[in-house]
Amino acid sequence: MGRLTEAAAAGGGASAARSAGPPPAPLPLSSTSPGCAAAMASSEEDGTNGGASEASEEREAVGKRRRLGLLATIWLTFYNIAMTAGWLVLAIAMVRFYMEKGTHKGLYKSIQKTLKFFQTFALLEIVHCLIGIVPTSVLVAGVQVSSRIFMVWLVTHSIKPIQNEESVVLFLVAWTVTEITRYSFYTFSLLDHLPYFIKWARYNFFIILYPVGVAGELLTIYAALPYVKKTGMFSIRLPNKYNVSFDYYYFLLITMASYIPCEYVSVSTLM
Amino acid sequence: MKHYEVEILDAKTREKLCFLDKVEPQATIAEIKNLFTKTHPQWYPARQSLRLDPKGKSLKDEDVLQKLPVGTTATLYFRDLGAQISWVTVFLTEYAGPLFIYLLFYFRVPFIYGHKYDFTSSRHTVVHLACICHSFHYIKRLLETLFVHRFSHGTMPLRNIFKNCTYYWGFAAWMAYYINHPLYTPPTYGAQQVKLALAIFVICQLGNFSIHMALRDLRPAGSKTRKIPYPTKNPFTWLFLLVSCPNYTYEVGSWIGFAIMTQCLPVALFSLVGFTQMTIWAKGKHRSYLKEFRDYPPLRMPIIPFLL
Repeated sequence: MGRLTEAAAAGGGASAARSAGPPPAPLPLSSTSPGCAAAMASSEEDGTNGGASEASEEREAVGKRRRLGLLATIWLTFYNIAMTAGWLVLAIAMVRFYMEKGTHKGLYKSIQKTLKFFQTFALLEIVHCLIGIVPTSVLVAGVQVSSRIFMVWLVTHSIKPIQNEESVVLFLVAWTVTEITRYSFYTFSLLDHLPYFIKWARYNFFIILYPVGVAGELLTIYAALPYVKKTGMFSIRLPNKYNVSFDYYYFLLITMASYIPCEYVSVSTLM
Repeated sequence: MKHYEVEILDAKTREKLCFLDKVEPQATIAEIKNLFTKTHPQWYPARQSLRLDPKGKSLKDEDVLQKLPVGTTATLYFRDLGAQISWVTVFLTEYAGPLFIYLLFYFRVPFIYGHKYDFTSSRHTVVHLACICHSFHYIKRLLETLFVHRFSHGTMPLRNIFKNCTYYWGFAAWMAYYINHPLYTPPTYGAQQVKLALAIFVICQLGNFSIHMALRDLRPAGSKTRKIPYPTKNPFTWLFLLVSCPNYTYEVGSWIGFAIMTQCLPVALFSLVGFTQMTIWAKGKHRSYLKEFRDYPPLRMPIIPFLL
């Protein structure tokens, strides 16, 4: 995630943002929510407990006040410009394909390499959080990127029969617009010159893009179900020597069901 | 004797919530919390966080008013910690669940496996042994909660019980499902593997219990003193020479033993997740020991000797 917190921005406009209160919660990368991330049963042991939430608040505040080094700023600027460009290329390729062919069939196949490259590259955003150059928590970033990787590699790439579904185009469009907005927002923030439109887009587009993206993803998974059930792909059956089983079909059903609570959590952190 | 006046403000809104006059200088924060509850009964003492600074750290119950950096009119800031539940309640609930749930799978209660397996018994010895070990482990935990542990804090946030029970009960069901499954495959290296695993399990259970007893003996009943734990005559406690939290070390060891015994991947995953959480706790504990005690033994690592 190339986002630089307002409070840590090297430029001048930062102080205004800081006095506006806590920085906005990170907007969702994809339609699935970061909030549903595995809640570790942390029965806090002696020494930390009810005060744990306060302590983490304090740690967060200190982290945000840390200034970003020059190298980190250069890297993040480059990263965000590259990602903005990548998703722009993807958007243009999709538009051109539709204009030339007049159909969405074959569209996924034509853009899949670019999509896989840039979406997979986004795994770096977890590293950015890990090393602290981006203030988002590793868990939040991890869940967001993982859900995209899941959609691209474990659904659309792996289950070939559904690649020509309309729902694929639906989420691709939502993702493309979201990402172009998001990465350009980060780029401009880093350069300390944020056009009002980009800021407005970042905080308002999601109202449409979010449900559209969720719909696209859910419909795609739904379309994939019969093929998964028939082929038994990605599944392990009993008996086996590690005494474990996994049914990808049921996993997909549970994933679909989890979209609703996850959406609720992530939207409630945005409002 | 000069009396103090205490005003309590909301940490977020700065609204004046309570004004206490004629407070004894020797009054503790605990006593002030009790007085505050009188005017705001919905905020019982366990859910009150009082501090000198709205964004500062919570004051301790034992802190004495006179010793705090306040004038004769003290201003305290209040933060609601949310509904609280006692540690004992949480522990008992989260440990009773796995004990009971595992047995449901062991006895192959209807609607779990196919109907033809209802109330049947596994033909593998290791399955029976695993049930004994698992049950023993949680019975031990329940008894320790009731009779051994001395808790620093009385309560934790209510939402923890839902998180914790989901974790313990969920994993217990997941493991128990496979171990007691009619299609369960016993360990590859047979009785040898089971015997070795059982030895590891038993040693680590004894070790874990020894550490709990040693920690209990460090602290007299009702007190909240903290001391550096040291090895005692019990050889199991000698792990204190190398590690700050040997109870966690032994706990991980027990589960590794159980994983080897059952050769069940979900058990291995449970061990891994538990190890991750306990490492975080051990590092935190280790850090507070280092901060509090200048003479803390330098050889000790948080959880794994020499490594972690």
